[in-house]
Amino acid sequence: MMNKIIKYIIVDIVRNKIVLIYTFLSLVISLSVFNLESNTAKGLLSLLNIILIIVPLISIIFSTIYVYNSSEFIELLVSQPLKRKNIWLSLFTGLSSSLSFAFLVGTGLPIILYQPTSTGFMMVLMGVLLTIIFTGIAMLAAVSTRDKARGIGLAILLWLYFSLIFDALVLFILFQFSDYPLEKPMILLSFLNPIDLGRIEILLKMDISALMGYTGAVFKDFFGTGTGIVVTTIVLFLWIFLPVWVSVKKFGSKDL
Amino acid sequence: MIIAQNITKKFGKLYALNNVSLQCSKGECIALIGPNASGKTTFIKCILGMVSPDAGSILFNGSLISKSWLYRTQIGYMPQIGRYPENMTIGQVFDMIEDIRSNQKTTPDKELLNAFGLDKMMHKRMRTLSGGTRQKVSAALSFLFDAEVLILDEPTAGLDPLSSEILKGKIIKEKEKGKLILITSHVLSELDDLVTEIIYMQEGKVKFHKPLKILREQTGEEKLSRAIARIIQTGNDE
Repeated sequence: MMNKIIKYIIVDIVRNKIVLIYTFLSLVISLSVFNLESNTAKGLLSLLNIILIIVPLISIIFSTIYVYNSSEFIELLVSQPLKRKNIWLSLFTGLSSSLSFAFLVGTGLPIILYQPTSTGFMMVLMGVLLTIIFTGIAMLAAVSTRDKARGIGLAILLWLYFSLIFDALVLFILFQFSDYPLEKPMILLSFLNPIDLGRIEILLKMDISALMGYTGAVFKDFFGTGTGIVVTTIVLFLWIFLPVWVSVKKFGSKDL
Repeated sequence: MIIAQNITKKFGKLYALNNVSLQCSKGECIALIGPNASGKTTFIKCILGMVSPDAGSILFNGSLISKSWLYRTQIGYMPQIGRYPENMTIGQVFDMIEDIRSNQKTTPDKELLNAFGLDKMMHKRMRTLSGGTRQKVSAALSFLFDAEVLILDEPTAGLDPLSSEILKGKIIKEKEKGKLILITSHVLSELDDLVTEIIYMQEGKVKFHKPLKILREQTGEEKLSRAIARIIQTGNDE
C-alpha cells in the first residue's frame, strides 16, 4: 500500500520540475568545478562547501514547502482506509528518495567520475545522509505548525542554526573555556550537529587534519578510527530516525 | 453501527463538542442539523478519525476506532469543501483512489460519475474546476465503493437543481439498500423526503435525536423546516 502512495508522490515531484532543475544545476556546477581546477583534489574541496551548505538548504526548504502544498493530498488520503503513519512515511520516503537521487546524479556522479577515492565516496555518502536528515527535519518543522509562513520560517531558522549559529556557539564556548582541555567535550558537541559530523568525516579523509593542530589530532584519534566511523554513522542515523519518529507521532494525533 | 460515547473536543477554549453521545444504526438515514459552528462537521471528522477527540470513544461495528483504520473501507465520505491535489486531473484523482482501494472486491460504482457527466471531463485539472464541479467529484468519489456507511457533509451546497436532484435520487437508492446515511445540511426542505431520523445539535451539544415521524406527531407540522422551527421556539420559551 505504501508503494502506491510513494509512486504518486514521486510522479508529482518529477512533474514539479524543481528537483530536476536542482539535479541539472548541481551537475553543471560539479562538472565545471572539476574542469576549472587543475587539481581534482582542489575541486573536491570546493564541492565540500556546496555539499555542506546547499544540500541541507535545498532539502529542508523544498521538503517543507512540498509538505505544506500537499495538504489537500494528505487530507484526501486521511479519509481513505490508510494508516496515517503510512501516509506520512510515504511522503518522507518519496521526498528523501527523489532528493537523494537528484544529489547522486547531480553531485555524486561527477565526484565518482573525477575522484573515485575513499574521500570521494565519503563525500557522496555524507551528501546522501545530509539530504535524508534534512528532509526529516523538514517533516518535523512542517507538522509542528499549521501556518505555512511560520513553518517555512522555522525551516530556514533550523538551517541557519545548523550551518552557522551552532558553529558560532561552539567557538564562543571554546573561547570562554580556553583554559580547560576541551578536546573530548568537543567530540560530544559535534554529535549535536549532523553538518559538523559530515564535515569532520570528510576533512579527516582528505588528510588535512594536521592543519587543525592538537584538536585535529584528538579528532583523528576518535573520528579517524573504525569505532569512530561506526559511532558517527549511528549518530547520523539517529539524526534521521528521531525527527521522523517525532513527526510521525505528531501527525498521528493531528486534527485535519 | 456507530456508537459515540461522551465525545468532547475543545479547540482552544471553545468546546466544539461537549459530551456528545449518539447511536446510529443500519438502514437509517439521519439528518445532522444545527446552526453554523454547532459541531456537526467536527463530529463527522471524529467518526472518520480526522480529528481525535479529547475524551470519549467511538465504536464502529462494535470496535473502537481510535488507532484503527481498516473500518474506513466501509465509509464513503463527501467533505463539505472538497480539497484535491491541484495539478491532478479528475481522471487521475479517481484512478488514484481506485488504486488505493483496489484491494476491495467491489467494482467501482460509476453511476453518479456518469450521471454528472464527469466522464466527459476526465482530463480537466482540479485547479480549473468550479466549486460545483468539485462538489460533484466529491459526491462521485464517496459513492464509488458501495460503502456500508455514507457520510455526506452539506452534499447539495453549490450544486445546481438538476445535479442536486440526481444526487438525492442516488441517496434514496442507496438508502433502500439498507445503508446507514448521515447527512448534514442547512437546506431543510431538501431533507423531507430523504431522512428517517433527526439529530439536532447546538453549541457542541446534542439537543435531541428523534425519528422524523415522532417529530412530526409532536409538533403537528408536516414540513421538517417548520417542525424544527417549532421545536426551537418552544425550547426558547421554556
